[in-house]
Parts: sequence; structure tokens; C-alpha cells
Amino acid sequence: MNYLDSFRDKELVQGLARRIADLTSGRSKPLVFMEVCGTHTMAIYQFGLRSLLPPEVKLISGPGCPVCVTPNGYLDRAIAMSRLPDLIVTTFGDMLRVPGSSSSLMEERAMGADIRIVYSPLDAVQIAARNPGKRVVFLGVGFETTAPTIAGSILAAKAQGLANYFVLASHKTMPQPMAILSADPDLAVDGYICPAHVSAIIGADAYKPLCEEYKVPCVVTGFEPTDVMQGVEMLVRQAMAGESRVEIQYSRVVRWEGNAKAQAVLADVFTPFDAPWRGIGVLPGSGLRIADAYRAFDAELAIPVEVEELKEHTGCLCGEILKGKVAPFDCPLFAGKCTPESPVGACMVSSEGTCAAAYKYAR
Amino acid sequence: MCVGVPMQVISIEGDQAMTEVDGVKREASLMLLDQEVKVGDFVIIHAGFAISKLDEEDAKATLEMMREIFTPELMG
Repeated sequence: MNYLDSFRDKELVQGLARRIADLTSGRSKPLVFMEVCGTHTMAIYQFGLRSLLPPEVKLISGPGCPVCVTPNGYLDRAIAMSRLPDLIVTTFGDMLRVPGSSSSLMEERAMGADIRIVYSPLDAVQIAARNPGKRVVFLGVGFETTAPTIAGSILAAKAQGLANYFVLASHKTMPQPMAILSADPDLAVDGYICPAHVSAIIGADAYKPLCEEYKVPCVVTGFEPTDVMQGVEMLVRQAMAGESRVEIQYSRVVRWEGNAKAQAVLADVFTPFDAPWRGIGVLPGSGLRIADAYRAFDAELAIPVEVEELKEHTGCLCGEILKGKVAPFDCPLFAGKCTPESPVGACMVSSEGTCAAAYKYAR
Repeated sequence: MCVGVPMQVISIEGDQAMTEVDGVKREASLMLLDQEVKVGDFVIIHAGFAISKLDEEDAKATLEMMREIFTPELMG
């Protein structure tokens, strides 16, 4: 127990809710705010924050779950690699149950593939050091929070002189999809709850072009319930005053300029590319692949595999859900054909997926 | 996936720190940090790396400010 637990104080959350209701009372059209981080999605469901907000404020979820926005083709490649002899696939736990075109890593593991869940990419480097006769592939999925830790693992492997550590990189960067969503005429977003730890790396300055171009308020917000409610209160104030600025609610961690060291490591090890997002399509400069100087660590180049033909799952609305256009309950598969035990789409698999969160907390 | 846990640094050796919160101990790499960290500081830990320092004074000031403005019985 420490003082940081006070960021979950129930009374403060209720006080903030009351202030938000006072500020918005009598509005004819609700204010729509989007969160673009899976950890916010989870926090909002877990603490039941929607139920505390007045009808004048609507929260919707965007493409904030890195596992969910990873396209089937990536998984198919990882699955193909896991079938090779003397190869160990290492991954964060969330990827295991995501269905690819015809299999999942979980199924492959049950059939004997050596697939191991790690807490840190540095654990994967250690596995490589202990298994010199095997190739070790880490599945590099995640936004700017996670990408530097994977870049760090490549630097660590290089420093140790390991030639059997590889990363299958499919990193995504955040501001680009927000610009695409802002430009979408079908989607009227009155403000963004900007991600907490992505912003600790990239800095709050990264959202300024978005604010300026689309006249949309952006508030970098922490993950505790008082943080989210205060972030919403700050967005309400801006929206009601017709302002569009970047503000930092999560000032105990996030700085305007971000983390220069982590940014330098990212720029050294990775290079931007036009990445495919599930449900959204290819976005220019929205992903990170391994830079040429580190190509020896690039699993895609170093370990050629035959990847099966891509199949998408019919009826699954993940794509529309990731854009915030459809709520989980509007998907015909939700809680019927698609459940956390037997998921059809990625949004139901990852613990941070919008459908998984809705299934667990709001059904 | 971007969950980060605030943990307190209890010892530092080179680029590695031992951190603790509520009795749980975790080793963390400091190689991604651009801020100086000393024993007693809180850092945000993500996937085995400290990704940012937590500014304790700022955290306390935020709480204080919220308590002053948003405590229901004081709101009238």
C-alpha cells in the first residue's frame, strides 16, 4: 500500500463525475471521446467509469490494442516459424490464442512446437544464450511503449555476440491512426484520451500536429480511475470552450519532449515503414521494422518460411470495432460464436481487446 | 499491453536496478532511461525495463489539487 493507491480514491472519482455532469448538463448532442490505448479500454470497463458519466459524455474505444491490430498474415508467419525444427518462439502471453488463418500459436504448442511466454524480451535473449544450438524468435508486437524494450533486447543480444536471437517485428506507432480516424467523416470524435505510457516515450508534443490539423482536443491521461475521470474533465472543458490543445493530465510521468534515450534507441534499431493495421489498412509510416544495420536480427529475412494463404474470418466486425464505429454488442458473433474461450476475432482474444473487456465486465 | 507498474528503486548496479512495490520485487533494466535515478525513486516498469521516472512531488500535488476541488462534500 502506498500513496499512489489514492489515484483510485472512490470519492475523488465521484467528485470528478459530478463536475463532468455539471459542466455538460443540458447539452443536446453528446460529446464523444475516444481512447486509443487498450489499457485505458480495460480501466474504463474494470472500474465501470462509463456508468458514472452523464449521457452527455460518450466514451468509445479505438485501435489501442496492439495484438488486435496485428493482421492475420503476421500470425501465419509466426506459426510457420514455430513449425521449424530447433526453433523456439518467444512471445508475450497475449499473442498465444490469437487465431491466424487456420491455426494459432496455442494449437501449435499443443502439437509440440516450442513456444514460450516471457515477461520481458530480455528473457528471450537469455533463452537464446542458453540454447546456442537453437534459433530463438521473439514476436515483436506493440506500440511505442513496448518497441524500445524489444530494441533494447536486440542491443543486448548484439552486445553478447548472440547469432541465434531474432525478432519478428510488427510494431505500430500511435499518432498516425489517430489522424486517419480524425479525417473519417463517419466518425465524429470530440477529443482523444491519449495513451499514458506511449506518451512517456514519444512525449505529449507528438499530438500537437493532430490538434492543429483537426482541431481536436488531446489529453494525455494516466490509467488509474481518477486519472481517466480527470482526463475526461479536461477534455470536456476544452470541447465546451471550443478549444483544441494538447494537455497532460498524467504529468507525474509524461513530459512534453518524452524519453530522449528511448527515442534514440528506437531510431537506431528500427526504421518506419508503411504498416498494415487489421481493419484499417496500410497506413504510411505507421510501423517500425528492423533497420538495415540490424538486419542480422530480422527473423523475416533470416528465417525464410512458406506462409499459408491469408484467410479472414467471415462475419467478424473487429475492423469496425477497432475504428470505434461499432460497439462489441452490435457484432452478430459477440458472446455467441465469439467468446474469450473460443475467439473468432482478435478483439476478443487479447485481455485488452474491446470485445474481451466488454465480455468480462459489461455483459 | 502498455501497462506499466510504478515501482520503487531499492538498489542499483550499473544499468540494472532492483525495484519493489507492496513486497513484490522485480529486476529492471535502466538502459532506456534518460533521467537520473537514485535509490528511493519511483519508476514505471514495462516488460523488464524502466521507461520513465515517476515525479513524486507532481503525483502528490495532483492528488492534493484533486482533493481540494473534487471531494464531494467540499463541492457544495
